[in-house]
Amino acid sequence: MGKVKSLEELMKIKEQALRELQMRGETGNRGKITVAMGTCGIAAGAKETLRAIVEALAEHGISDVAVVQSGCMGLCEVEPTVEVRMEGQDPIVYGRVTPENARRIVKMHVLEGRVVEDLVVRRGEV
Amino acid sequence: MPLATNTILICAGGACISAGEKSVKNVFEEELKRYGLNELVRVIETGCMGACTLGPIAVVYPEGVFYQKLTPEAAREIVEEHILKGRIVEKYLYQAPIGRPVPRVFEEIPFFKKQVRIVTRNLGVIDPTKIEEYIARDGYFALAKALKMKPEEVIREIKESGLRGRGGAGFPTGLKWELAAKQKSERKFVVCNADEGDPGAFMDRSVLEGDPHAVLEGMIIAGYAIGAQKGYVYVRAEYPLAIERLSIAIEQAREYGFLGENIFDSGFSFDVEIRIGAGAFVCGEETALMASIEGERGQPRVKPPYPVERGLWGYPTVINNVETFANVPWIIRNGAKEFRKYGTETSPGTKVFALAGKVKNTGLVEVPMGITLRELIYEIGGGIVGDKKLKAVQTGGPSGGCIPAEYIDVPVDFESLQKLGAIMGSGGMIVMDEDDCMVDVAKFFLQFTVDESCGKCTPCREGTKKMLEILEKITAGEGTEEDLVELEKLANVVKDTSLCGLGQTAPNPVLSTLRYFREEYLAHVLEKKCPSKKCKALISYVIDPSKCVGCTACAKVCPVQCIAGEVRKVHTINQAECVRCGSCIEVCRFGAISKVTPALPVEEVVS
Repeated sequence: MGKVKSLEELMKIKEQALRELQMRGETGNRGKITVAMGTCGIAAGAKETLRAIVEALAEHGISDVAVVQSGCMGLCEVEPTVEVRMEGQDPIVYGRVTPENARRIVKMHVLEGRVVEDLVVRRGEV
Repeated sequence: MPLATNTILICAGGACISAGEKSVKNVFEEELKRYGLNELVRVIETGCMGACTLGPIAVVYPEGVFYQKLTPEAAREIVEEHILKGRIVEKYLYQAPIGRPVPRVFEEIPFFKKQVRIVTRNLGVIDPTKIEEYIARDGYFALAKALKMKPEEVIREIKESGLRGRGGAGFPTGLKWELAAKQKSERKFVVCNADEGDPGAFMDRSVLEGDPHAVLEGMIIAGYAIGAQKGYVYVRAEYPLAIERLSIAIEQAREYGFLGENIFDSGFSFDVEIRIGAGAFVCGEETALMASIEGERGQPRVKPPYPVERGLWGYPTVINNVETFANVPWIIRNGAKEFRKYGTETSPGTKVFALAGKVKNTGLVEVPMGITLRELIYEIGGGIVGDKKLKAVQTGGPSGGCIPAEYIDVPVDFESLQKLGAIMGSGGMIVMDEDDCMVDVAKFFLQFTVDESCGKCTPCREGTKKMLEILEKITAGEGTEEDLVELEKLANVVKDTSLCGLGQTAPNPVLSTLRYFREEYLAHVLEKKCPSKKCKALISYVIDPSKCVGCTACAKVCPVQCIAGEVRKVHTINQAECVRCGSCIEVCRFGAISKVTPALPVEEVVS
């Protein structure tokens, strides 16, 4: 790291560091992605799915969506399952979310605001 | 650094470390690894979160769930339940007094809610070993701003803020800087006094451990304002973690160019070095501190000349305390006016206190000045342990005094405390209940100053020792009324004639207790009674025959075998041999053992 010589350079460091810091507490103002991590989910590959989601969010520079884990949602037959809950919209549960599908969900749903219809297993509040 | 889902912030303040933070952290890391989540979930050690009674503490984000009193077993469960499955583990949550578990304490519990965090704003929030996290929280922006101002403008801002030294005496910081700035000298110094030594005080340590960059930034700004080129942090060797984190911070600040040549292309150059003190209390006195930095024996000298005129190696020097420096960046960034929104007219801003003693929530709290002792003890502190009666509050450590319970609605600011014969001090606040003997408290603090007196001037060296001898006589039940007169006279002489602050304030614990609790001294002297049943020579342990069932528990635990009695028969204590250790009282399940004062005459019991 070179020496910081101006306010602009300092601001750049701040913005970058803030993104990482925000992942801690101040995220989630725009939405929340929940990955079901019950035994069934993990067996079906939920860990890889989780990782793919986190990486995809990072790639797209999305820092205002929180990623959390939950227990089994009761949809064991379509694991791994992921719920996307964007502010002001009905929550959508996706099933059979492989890492590849996860990246698709982040890109389409979170970034572009379009529901990934072919993966939807449930809509709305339960 | 890869992005994470959860972040576990674990408090690595001194108290939590003592409570087993390391083993908890290790289990968190091992378990995360076992589940293959170690890259997705970050474990970060932060500075002191303040709620030391509850340690070890961890906060799990993004939810911000506050877990307390953790054990390795608890860490295992939290990873399995919370991190893996998203279920909050209720049994490790903070239990509110009403019995309801509270996941997000920072918004809901008075201990946190009533605090105003300026100095401690990053404590428990950032990783103190990462400069980037400090920058993310506006770190070094104040420096960038200050370097665009003229030095006299920086000083004016600090003066207008009304910031006063947080080390104890409360000297206006801006004025100190101005005096140093006016000195014509080719070399000047900035010194940070981190020689915190009051028993029970750990504010400065926590700030250095939890947010070292804030202190550095304050020092660099001070250096620019007065025209210094070099700063020293004088920190005691007993604070290894503070030294470690500060060293890392200095390294990082140099890498980023916040220390060194031509900072922010402004032409201003400044560097900071750590000097480790050997732990002598007197080295917290500024002239002794400077002597120690120079490699001399840590002894104070006569003032004037003041350090701002002739300080380190004879050059003008500004010495401020850790907390004072940590306030500076905030003031520069937010402005003097904003700072004055907190606190009182003559004591603006906040003060960090180390709450200790018989209060439910011990720990570190930052509150606006002018808050009353009642709010501090009952709302933030949660009241007295065991809901006993508050007796007094000791502020300012060995230099301070005891404030009796009737002044509980007095605002905590520099002037009000002084008027009561106590001082703000660096922020130690020891809460005492009806079981604490005021003569004993005075003796404790005097013992401390006798040990720590450097011996240079006679009043302090000899006077405090004579005073201690009188107190020992009184607590041994051999005191007379003349002793009280002599004690008070000596105290005033030591106060008036000692060379430095240590001696001048050493009699405060004695004088303030004599002022407010004279009847307690008189009870010791005239009736040979210790009303709080604390002074061993003035109490006896007795067994109530109507309550004793003869379980033998007391006889078994007695270290000197002075309790006799057969199984299922009433036991008795041999007063001649009893060492008054109190072990028997602790093990008795029938409440049959109690203390009486004055002590029973020994012969009577023996016969």
